[in-house]
Amino acid sequence: MNFTRSSSPHHHIRRKTSEVMRMVIYAAVPGLMLQTWFFGWGAIVHLLLAVTTAVATEALFLELRKKDFEKAIKDFSAILTALLLAISIPPFAPWWISVLGTFFAIAIVKQLYGGLGFNLFNPAMAAYVMLLISFPVQMTNWTPPLELAQYSHGFVDAVYIIFTGFSAEGYSLAQLKTDIDGFTLATPLDSVKTELTMGKTLTESLQSSVFSDGLSIGWFWINCAYLLGGLVLIRTRVINWHIPGGMILGMLALSLIMYGVDSDVYSSPLFHLFNGGFMLGAFFIATDPVSASTTNRGRLIFGAGIGAWVYIIRTWGGYPDAIAFAVLVMNMAVPLIDYYTRPRTYGHYSEHKKSMKVAKSDKQP
Amino acid sequence: MYKQFDEILTRINDGKLWDFPGGVSPQGKKELSNTTDIDRLPLPKELYVTVKQHIGVEGHVEVEEGQQVLKGQLLTKSMNPFAVPVHAPTSGKIKSISPHVSAHPSGLPKLTITIEPDGLDKWTEMTPLSNYTELPKIKTVEAICSAGISGMGGAGFPTHIKASPKKDVEFLIINGVECEPYISSDDRLMREHAWQIRQGIDVLSHLLTPKKVIIAIEDNKPEAIKAMQVTCQEQDNYIVSPIPTKYPAGGEKQLIQVLTSREVPKQGLPVDVGVIMQNVGTCFAIADAVYTGKPLVERVVTLTGEALNAPRNVWALIGTPIEHLLKQADYQEKRQRNSKVIMGGPMMGFAVASEQVPVIKTTNCILVPADKELPEIGDEQPCIRCGACADACPASLLPQQLFWHSKAKELDKAQDYNLFDCIECGACAFVCPSEIPLVHYYRIAKSEIHNQELEKDQADKARERFEARKLRLVREQQEREEKHRKAAEARKQAMSSDKGDAKDKIAAALARAKAKKAAASDEAADASPEVTGKQDKVAAAVARAKAKREAAKQSTDSEATTDTAEQPVDKKDKVAAAVARAKAKREAAKQITDAEATTDTGEQPQDKKDKVAAAVARAKAKREAAKQSTAHQADATTNDMQQTDTDTSVQAEPTQPMSKQDKIAQAIAKAKAKRDAAKAQQQEQDEK
Repeated sequence: MNFTRSSSPHHHIRRKTSEVMRMVIYAAVPGLMLQTWFFGWGAIVHLLLAVTTAVATEALFLELRKKDFEKAIKDFSAILTALLLAISIPPFAPWWISVLGTFFAIAIVKQLYGGLGFNLFNPAMAAYVMLLISFPVQMTNWTPPLELAQYSHGFVDAVYIIFTGFSAEGYSLAQLKTDIDGFTLATPLDSVKTELTMGKTLTESLQSSVFSDGLSIGWFWINCAYLLGGLVLIRTRVINWHIPGGMILGMLALSLIMYGVDSDVYSSPLFHLFNGGFMLGAFFIATDPVSASTTNRGRLIFGAGIGAWVYIIRTWGGYPDAIAFAVLVMNMAVPLIDYYTRPRTYGHYSEHKKSMKVAKSDKQP
Repeated sequence: MYKQFDEILTRINDGKLWDFPGGVSPQGKKELSNTTDIDRLPLPKELYVTVKQHIGVEGHVEVEEGQQVLKGQLLTKSMNPFAVPVHAPTSGKIKSISPHVSAHPSGLPKLTITIEPDGLDKWTEMTPLSNYTELPKIKTVEAICSAGISGMGGAGFPTHIKASPKKDVEFLIINGVECEPYISSDDRLMREHAWQIRQGIDVLSHLLTPKKVIIAIEDNKPEAIKAMQVTCQEQDNYIVSPIPTKYPAGGEKQLIQVLTSREVPKQGLPVDVGVIMQNVGTCFAIADAVYTGKPLVERVVTLTGEALNAPRNVWALIGTPIEHLLKQADYQEKRQRNSKVIMGGPMMGFAVASEQVPVIKTTNCILVPADKELPEIGDEQPCIRCGACADACPASLLPQQLFWHSKAKELDKAQDYNLFDCIECGACAFVCPSEIPLVHYYRIAKSEIHNQELEKDQADKARERFEARKLRLVREQQEREEKHRKAAEARKQAMSSDKGDAKDKIAAALARAKAKKAAASDEAADASPEVTGKQDKVAAAVARAKAKREAAKQSTDSEATTDTAEQPVDKKDKVAAAVARAKAKREAAKQITDAEATTDTGEQPQDKKDKVAAAVARAKAKREAAKQSTAHQADATTNDMQQTDTDTSVQAEPTQPMSKQDKIAQAIAKAKAKRDAAKAQQQEQDEK
C-alpha cells in the first residue's frame, strides 16, 4: 500500500480569500445602509449596476485569458471593488458613470495588470479618479441629505434619475439639490472650502445648513458606521490596525498642528476625520491588501501618508475630498516603502551583537 | 537587547516571560491520545533499523547477514565524532543489510539492517556508569554517544556533541513544550517518568554545569508541569517554567527567545548565547544510558488521528514498521479516501511513502487523520498580499516576498530575504487564505540553491583541473620543443662545426665494423656453421636493439603527452627494460669482438662506405620519423585544448600513427641491419 504524499503543513486554517472579501463586504453594510438613509436609494442602484458590470467584465476577461472565471468570481474581489466604487460616487450620477467606472476598474486596472494580486493601484480608486477627471460635473453632483432637501425621493425616483436624469415626478437633479429655501446645497467639505476662500472664518462657514453643532449632517453618522465596520474587521483579524491607524494618525497630526496654528482658517481634526469618505477610506479602501504595503511598519507609513495627503489636498488642493488621490499616490510609493521597512529577521541583529560583546567584556574583569 | 543572566532569572522566577513574534494557535487535539498510559506493543515480524538516523555521518556496519544479535547489541560503529551508532532493538537474526524505504519525506531507500526477532528479547551485557560523578566527564559523554542518543525532539542532532560544548553554559533548557498539535509523547513521558527524566537532567547538569536549569512546558499540560515540579523540588537549581501555548513555542530558537529574550545569531548555535537545549525524551534516554547502560532502542510514539480507533502513546522499538503500529492502533482505512499517514505533527510532519517506513529515533508521532479532520489543501490561488503570513512568521521573515522570489526562481533575491532563516514551521502556510503551500516553495528554493552551490563547486573544480592541465600541456610542449631544438643543434654541431669529431666518429664506426668483420671472419675460420649463425644472430640482435631503442625514444616522447599516467609508465618501463636488454646484448657482442679484434687487420674500403651510407640512411629515417611524429603531436595538442572533455579519446588517436611510424622505422632499421649483416657475410665469404 502506498500512501498519499503531501507537503507540510497538513493543517490549514479555514479562512479563504473569498471569506476575507465577504467579511469586508458585510462590514460595509451598516455604512451603506446609513448612506441610503441619508441620501436616498441612489447608492443601492449604483451598487447593483456596478456589481453586474464587475462580474460580467471579470468573466469576460478571464475567459479571454483562458482562466477559470467561475472560481475567480467566487472570490468576491470584483464584487468588493464594485461596492467600493458604487458607494464613492454621488448617488444620483448617471448610470453610465458606475458602469464605465467599474469596467475601467476591473478590465484595465485589475485584469490588464494580471488579475487579482497583481494590480499596482487600488482598482476602485483608480476608476474613481478616472471618472472624476473625465466627468467632473457628474462626479460632484452630490445631493443634500434627505432631511434638508426640498423634494423627497424614493427608490423609483432614484432609478429614474440615474437612468433619465429626472425623478419619477419630473424633477431634475438640480432641483433635487436645492434645500427647503430653494438654495442649492453643496457637500459639507465643499461648502467649507468655498466659504473659506470667500474670506469667511471657519465658525461662520459652519453656520451653513449642512451642519448641525459643527458636524456634517448625515456624513458624521455614515463615517461612524464605517468606523464601526472597520473596528469589526480589525477585531476579526480581517485587516490589521496599521493602515487605518496610520491614516488616522497622519490626519490627526497634520490637522491638529494646523488647527493649533489658526483655528479660524483650518478645520478641526474632528471635522476632517468624520467628513467625506475618510473612515470608508481608512478601513475599507486603503486596506486593500493587494495595492498596500506588506510590512507592518510599511503599512503605518502607507496609512500615515494617505492621511497626510488627504489633509493636504482637502486644505490646499483643488478638490474638496482626496481619498482617491491620496491612495493612488501612496500606492505608487509601496515598493519603496516595502523595501525600506523589512522587519529584522530573527538572529539578524547588529545591536544584539554589540550588546553581546558588551556583555562579554563585562564578564571578563 | 541582550538580557543579562540575573534579569532573565528574575523574570523567570516571577513567571513573566517574553514572547516571540507571530505564531499561530491551531487546535491542540492532544486529548485524543494523552489520556491513557504509554502502552507496550507485541514484537513486530521484522524490524528495519536505518543505519543513519541523525544529523551527521553514518557508522560502519559491524554485523553480517545471518548473524544472531542480542537486544542492545551494537550494529554500527565509527570513530567520527559526528557518528552515532545504532543498536539491535531486540534479539534475533540479521535478515539483510540493504536499502529500505526511509523515514524521510522523499522515502528514498537508505541502508537499513533488517532484523528478524527471535521473540526472546534477550539483552546484551550492559555496563552502567552509576558512579558517573566520580569519573571524568568524558566517560559519561562517551557513554551517551555509544548509547546511540541523538536529539529526540526534532532534528536528531548528536547529543554527545551538545553535551560537551566549548563555551560556558548559562542556561540548560529542557524542552517539554511539545507545541505541535496532536503529539503527546513528551507529555505522557513527563507524567509517567518524571523521575527518570530528572535523572537525565542531573547527568546533563553535571556535564554542562549550567547556572540554571529551566524545564519549559507549555501550559496546556498541567499534569506534566505538576509531575516535573514535584520531582525537581529538591533541586534548587532547577525551575519548571510553564510557557504560554502558542505554536511554534517549542522551536529551539523560539523557546530561547521566550525564556531569555536572546536570539541565536544567524548561522550560530544556542550555545553562542549561553544556552543548551535538550528534549525531555533525550534526558530520559540519557538516564537509561548512564544509570543502566541501556542504549537507545525504543521511544515513545504517539499514535493519533481520527482514522485510528485506538489512539494512544506506545513504546515503539526503533525500526518498527508503520504497518505494525497502524494495526495495533486499529487503523480504519475507510475513514480516509486517500490513505495518508503523517510522521510527526500536522504542522511539520511529513507524509510517509509506505507502510514499511520504520520508526526512527526522531519519530514522535504517527498521525492518521480522517478526511474531514485535516482536509486536503485546495488549489493554490493568487496571493492577495494580505500579509497574514508575515504576521504569523516567528522568524519575522516576509513569507510573501520569499514566495514570489522562490516561485520566480530568483534565488539570490530569496536569499536576500533570508530564506535560510526559515525554520519551516508552517505557520505561514497555515494562515494563508489563498492556500498557497508556502513552505513547499521554500523547500524547493532551498534545495535548488544547495544544488546550484554543489554544481558551482564541481564546475570550479573542473575548471581548475582544466586550467592546470592546459598549463601543463603548454609547458610540456615547450619543453619538448626545447629538447628537439637542442638535439637538432647538437646534431648540427656534430655534423658541421667539429669535423674532427665527426671523423672520429666515422673512424670509430669503421673500427667497430672492422672488429665485427674480424670476429665474423675468425669465427668463419672456425668453419662451424653454427658459429656463423650465432654471429648473424648477434648482429641482428644489435640492430634490433638499436631500432628498438630508437622507437622507444620516440614513443617516450610521444607518450609524455598522454594523460593516462599509468600506461606510459608501463610502456616506459618496458622500453627501459628493452634498452637494458639491448645494451646487455651489445655489451656481450662487444666483448666477443674485443676479444678477437686484435688479430684483425685487413680492411675493405667498399665495406666502409657501405656502412657509412647505411648509418646515414638510418639517421635520416630516424629524423624523418621524429619530424612526422612531432607534427602529429602538435596536432593532437591543439585538439586537446579545444575539446577537453574527451581528452583521452583524442589522445588515443595520435599514438596509433606514431606507433605505426615507429614500426616502419623499426622495420627499415631491421631491414638495413639485415642487409648489412648479409653484406658482411658475403664479403667474408668473398674474402675466403
